[in-house]
Amino acid sequence: MTDREQIEDELNAYVDGELPADRRDAVEAWLAAHPEDAAKVAAWRKQGELIRARYGATADEKPPPQLDLGRLARRRAGMKIAAIAAVLAAFVAGGAAGWVARGFEARPPTDLARFTTDALDAYRLYAVEVRHPVEVPGDQRPHLVEWLSKRVGSPLRAPELDKVGLKLVGGRLLPGPTGATAFFMYETPTGERFTLYCGHTADRETALRYTSGEQNAAYYWVDGNLAYVLSGPAERDKLYAIAQAAYDQIDRRAPAQGG
Amino acid sequence: MSEFQERIKAAIPALRRYARALTRDAETADDIVQDTLVRALRSEHLFHGGDVRAWLYTILTNLNRNRLRSLSRRPTLVLIKDGDATTSGPDSGGRDIARALDELAEDQRSALLLVVLEGLTYREVAEVQGVPIGTVMSRLARARMQIKAYLDGERPALRRVK
Repeated sequence: MTDREQIEDELNAYVDGELPADRRDAVEAWLAAHPEDAAKVAAWRKQGELIRARYGATADEKPPPQLDLGRLARRRAGMKIAAIAAVLAAFVAGGAAGWVARGFEARPPTDLARFTTDALDAYRLYAVEVRHPVEVPGDQRPHLVEWLSKRVGSPLRAPELDKVGLKLVGGRLLPGPTGATAFFMYETPTGERFTLYCGHTADRETALRYTSGEQNAAYYWVDGNLAYVLSGPAERDKLYAIAQAAYDQIDRRAPAQGG
Repeated sequence: MSEFQERIKAAIPALRRYARALTRDAETADDIVQDTLVRALRSEHLFHGGDVRAWLYTILTNLNRNRLRSLSRRPTLVLIKDGDATTSGPDSGGRDIARALDELAEDQRSALLLVVLEGLTYREVAEVQGVPIGTVMSRLARARMQIKAYLDGERPALRRVK
């Protein structure tokens, strides 16, 4: 540690009231003789004031019902098996934890929450499936897209993701938060799987939004009246590249590229 | 409600304040506080006395670190929220300090907030972060240096994207 670092540490300790009493006079003498350091100390104090001014009042707010401890505790004590399972799932899902837990509250979840939770559930269920990951294999792409479009009730696309290293494994029809939902599965040459989940939504259009759990993660977006969730392993950069590629192809405002 | 639960309950306002500053997003903050509470209730049997508040700060800090680990390296399009079209806006009052906090590494931000906002001692922060006191001090020093540089005029209009 250099002398300068030692000085900085003492100045910080001085600002935070952590300086041993026997160093206090020495530091104050130092500050009197070193206006630059005195200015620095003043600036640090100001930072503290700004932070407290900005966030201090949060502690005076009434906490939302979501944080009612009595309710959280009762929920724990009186939970049925299904609810316990859901909470455990929430911890696995990580990012979805708040949403799943909120499902027990009066506040209705948005489509974003429901779609993402369902899509990640479907991902976890089918991505590990060896023999029957899909109902219609990817070599029947036109038939698959036509069938799912008909069932979902909107023209769909199964984006071409070869550029990001993914082949279409195939797809299946799933029940979703708002009705029939299309589920497309893609795979890397090494067998890593990604899925695109798509169904109707009343949510407004959004750009890509990200949510993640400990192992899996998803990007969510809305285009027109359809919500999309691209799920995969929780490697954000990779997932982002894939979501971006799918997003660009699906974007209805973009010129059609076939698909 | 047990005494243990009463003590947790008393800490909720402070946890919300810390989480709000840590995440700079009200909704995310309350979600993390909720996760913290659920985890604390579940782990009552693991708590062997001591300061409930410091223990809760520890859980919250770890949960947020896990969250950020999966959010690490921010590409361009992320964290754009409905109705939050730009990062600028009429909310100019404390925006500079919020942005300055944004610029910090997570462990620096957490150390600084625990000290200046939550009033923890260096020793308590060291326990929360699971590091020696010397590490806490260097995190604080770096955090303050960086915030000062940022507020002094190094204000990138846009966050640089790696």
